[in-house]
Amino acid sequence: MDATKMAAVGLSASYGRGPAITDINLEFGPNSATAIIGPSGCGKSTFIRCLNRMHETAPRATVTGKVFLDGEDIYEQDPTAVRRRIGMVFQRPNPFATMTIFDNVAAALRFNGRHSREETDKIVYESLQAAALWEEVKDHLFAGATSLSGGQQQRLCIARALAAQPEVLLMDEPCSALDPISTAKVEDLIFTLKRTYTVIIVTHNMQQAARVADRTAFFYLGKLIEVNDTKEIFERPKEKLTEGYVSGRFG
Amino acid sequence: MRLANPFRTLLRRPSQGRRRWGDLAFRGIVTIGAGAVVGVLVAILWILWTGSSQSRAAFGLGIVTNPTWDITTNVFGLLPMIDGTLLTSAIALVLAVPIALGSSIFLTQLAPKALPSALKAALAQVVDLLAAIPSIVYGFWGLFVLVPYMRTTVDPGLRSAYDRLGNLVAPTVHAVSPGASAWAGTHSPFTGTIIGEDVLSASIVLAIMVIPTVAAISRDALAAVPIPQREAALALGATNWEATRRAVLPYARSGIFGASILGLGRALGETMAVTLVIGNGLAPPTSLFNSGSTLASLIATQFSESTGPLEYSVIIEAGLILLLITLGVNIVARAILWRFQSPGGAGGD
Ligand SMILES: Nc1ncnc2c1ncn2[C@@H]1O[C@H](COP(=O)(O)OP(=O)(O)O)[C@@H](O)[C@H]1O
Ligand SMILES: [Mg+2]
Repeated sequence: MDATKMAAVGLSASYGRGPAITDINLEFGPNSATAIIGPSGCGKSTFIRCLNRMHETAPRATVTGKVFLDGEDIYEQDPTAVRRRIGMVFQRPNPFATMTIFDNVAAALRFNGRHSREETDKIVYESLQAAALWEEVKDHLFAGATSLSGGQQQRLCIARALAAQPEVLLMDEPCSALDPISTAKVEDLIFTLKRTYTVIIVTHNMQQAARVADRTAFFYLGKLIEVNDTKEIFERPKEKLTEGYVSGRFG
Repeated sequence: MRLANPFRTLLRRPSQGRRRWGDLAFRGIVTIGAGAVVGVLVAILWILWTGSSQSRAAFGLGIVTNPTWDITTNVFGLLPMIDGTLLTSAIALVLAVPIALGSSIFLTQLAPKALPSALKAALAQVVDLLAAIPSIVYGFWGLFVLVPYMRTTVDPGLRSAYDRLGNLVAPTVHAVSPGASAWAGTHSPFTGTIIGEDVLSASIVLAIMVIPTVAAISRDALAAVPIPQREAALALGATNWEATRRAVLPYARSGIFGASILGLGRALGETMAVTLVIGNGLAPPTSLFNSGSTLASLIATQFSESTGPLEYSVIIEAGLILLLITLGVNIVARAILWRFQSPGGAGGD
């Protein structure tokens, strides 16, 4: 890895009781995808939500440690400004249910300074293109977002995240609520997106990690067990736990 | 050829005996229940209809536009009371909804750090408690605390503020539209002798009574908005308020609207508290400082001392009109809800 776009240093977080993640140190390179794998409840979501300061919106949540973006600690900055630079796609598609397809994407701009009509139209178009959704929705941009299928809704959410023109894209099991065909589309998309963005994707699907990620980090019981190039993690894991997980003995 | 609907056969699957009896009993009970509700409504309408026959024969539909209530000449118009009912309820709603909505936004949308959840729960309890206070208590408070305060402080203050504002904007208004200026000059809502027991006091008491109802229900509507809707906005860099305004409030709009209509229903029919503070004047109010009556307060004050069968019948017709107004409000509300079905009721995550 030649450069670091983002890095977690000594990151721990809890929901008020015991720690959900403990002392995570992890770096993310630019223009690459990092997968975070591990069994259910091991803290993948908690970790990724600390990376854009969403974790602290939960009741009684605590965070310690640092997260650097371009060398600066995001916990020293305004959280809304941080979240504009670090987009997020959630586990279940969550388009704004009261808005049209167009407005869902344009909403990203609304929280993000003023934009002229032409600018908005252009960014909405480009974002829908980038999310490989444009062809499917171009004839009913002003239909309600909930009229779309689950897979389309998730790509709409990706388009919405891209419209804010982030530098990093966090994805928390973005395909877990989708059918195989939609999953394949979103995976293709991630493959393209990682050329321009720093993508961090949580998945409990190891094939998915193997397909899209350059590096893979294995979490277990709130701890980072091992991180390496994806190929290494799957073919020559150094830790017993990692080996047990990737060979399907638990998880 | 039409293909058979495969689900049809599934639906027609013969059920076991026990289940069928259970279904039948269930259907019977809910049918009786639903029938009873409709039956009670029809019975009430029927009683009010027959009871008001003398009044309807004497005054016809004109009773709703007739402004005169005069026992000596046996002329009974209900315009003053319809005016009073709609005016006090409308003002009450305008005052109550922003406050109630503000409180429910405060209780559901504030960051956990800004408002600890224990305090949040306690405040929610207080709101629910307020909704359970009997209306006579609000009435007494209105009569002994609010009315004197309105008379000595609020009413004179409002009048002078209105006049000062009027003087300030009068030249501009006159320049734009002399007609509007002249009209505004002679149509101050704050004219007349200040007595304290008036339309404004009644509206304020109603607002205070309606706030807890609207607050409790709109709070539930806001709390029912899925967290991912809010997080979607926050993750785009929205502030707490922007997320509330753009994602949460639109999602809950039908619930908030329903809460307001329920509050309106309570205001329209409220009797005791209004009777105590509205002054029970029988002329149409031309100022917020005039005393007045609502349909409900008229029934409360005149029914037991009605001077003859005609007045008695008119008071029953007042009840009929009140019922029709509340029914009308509910039907219109339902139509609007149906038209603008928010996603809360129509699927969507
Ligand atoms: N909102 C929450 N409140 C309390 N505990 C939570 C919450 N979300 C997750 N946890 C706990 O934190 C731990 C890590 O959860 P999570 O990060 O969601 O794991 P993963 O995404 O890997 O399945 C789990 O033990 C889970 O029970
Ligand atoms: Mg998770």
